[in-house]
Formats: sequence, structure tokens, C-alpha cells
Amino acid sequence: MTQTLGATEALAPRAQRIVNILREKLSPSVLELKDDSKKHAHHHARIEAGEDGETHFVIRLRSAKFNGITRVARHRLVNELLADEFRSGLHSASFILQDEKSA
Amino acid sequence: MSQSVSQHIQQQIDKNPVMLFMKGDKLFPQCGFSAKVVQILNHMGVPFETENVLASAELRQGIKDFSQWPTVPQLYVKGEFVGGCDIVTDMYQTGELESLFAEKGITKADA
Repeated sequence: MTQTLGATEALAPRAQRIVNILREKLSPSVLELKDDSKKHAHHHARIEAGEDGETHFVIRLRSAKFNGITRVARHRLVNELLADEFRSGLHSASFILQDEKSA
Repeated sequence: MSQSVSQHIQQQIDKNPVMLFMKGDKLFPQCGFSAKVVQILNHMGVPFETENVLASAELRQGIKDFSQWPTVPQLYVKGEFVGGCDIVTDMYQTGELESLFAEKGITKADA
């Protein structure tokens, strides 16, 4: 399930928080989020998080904020914005981070 | 992070030109993201060393603090942090990883 996010889809709590943070801080022109947690059902982090655990996401995001900065810098920026989520059980997120020029 | 863990990590990246901190080892990666980076490095044929962060809780947290990067795997080339699975995959596909290895003087094991 990939969601290209409009304003009103109902998302699970962590997914919703992630979307809110990224929207607010990065003003993305594209933001897609996919919850991949079920694919990692036997993963230790999933088991610790319980059945409804949202632990694994794939996120594609395009933002002018990424213009002119390296990949590592883009990932560090997003990791920093999501630091509280990583601390509270988000196990991994796979990111595709594009600037507005690479479209 | 204890000083000994950060010293250990620093020694590893100083000693090994291509150093991968991962879950599991080259033969039996224990995570899909780690497996993918191993596969790319194997395919490129460069010599590399790995360390299994699952072997020590201290290292598993320590590598995250050391790199200020929240996930594993983590690839270092000549002491410099390159990135995790997303970045390594992307750099491989665009040819940038090959350029990086060439630039750093890292040649294929059989060359």
C-alpha cells in the first residue's frame, strides 16, 4: 500500500506523526509513505513492538530544502526531524529523498 | 557511549579501508538492508571487512551514537561515513560508489 498523501487519509498514529512533521518542516511537493511493517513480521523489533507496531516505513519525499545538499545531509536532516520516533520504537525507515531539480 | 566502544569503532574504520557495520555477517546477514549492502560490495569486488553489531548491545547502540545515524547497516570508506542502505544503493546505481572507490584508491580484490 503506497499512499500519495492528500489532506484527509486516516493513518495509523506513528505514520500520521511522521507525515505531520515532514510536511511542516520540509514543505514537500511530493510525500509518499508506505508502512512496510508487515513485511518484517518476524523481525525482533516488530515482535517487541507488538502486533500493531509501526516499525518499518518507506518514505519518498521531494523538497526544495534538499536543493544543493548531499545525500548524507538530506538523510541526517530527516533523521533529526524523526529522532523522537526512532527513540520510541521506529526501527527503520527507507528514504528516497529528492530535491526539486532532480525531478 | 563508553570510550572503549568509540575507540574500538575508530580503530576499525582506521584499519579497514572499506568497513561495514551490519547485522549478521557476510555469509549470514540477519537483516535485508545489511544483506543488500553486502551484495553490492561483493558484486563490486572490493575487499571489505564487516562487524556484527548484534554481537554486542554496547556496539549496537555505540555505532549509532558514533555516526549520529539511527540505523544499521553503516558503511565507512577510508574513515569517512558514506551512508546506510538507501544511500549505498543509490550511489551504486548512479555509478558514484565506483567513482568513490576509485578516488579513494580502493581496487578490486582480483585486480
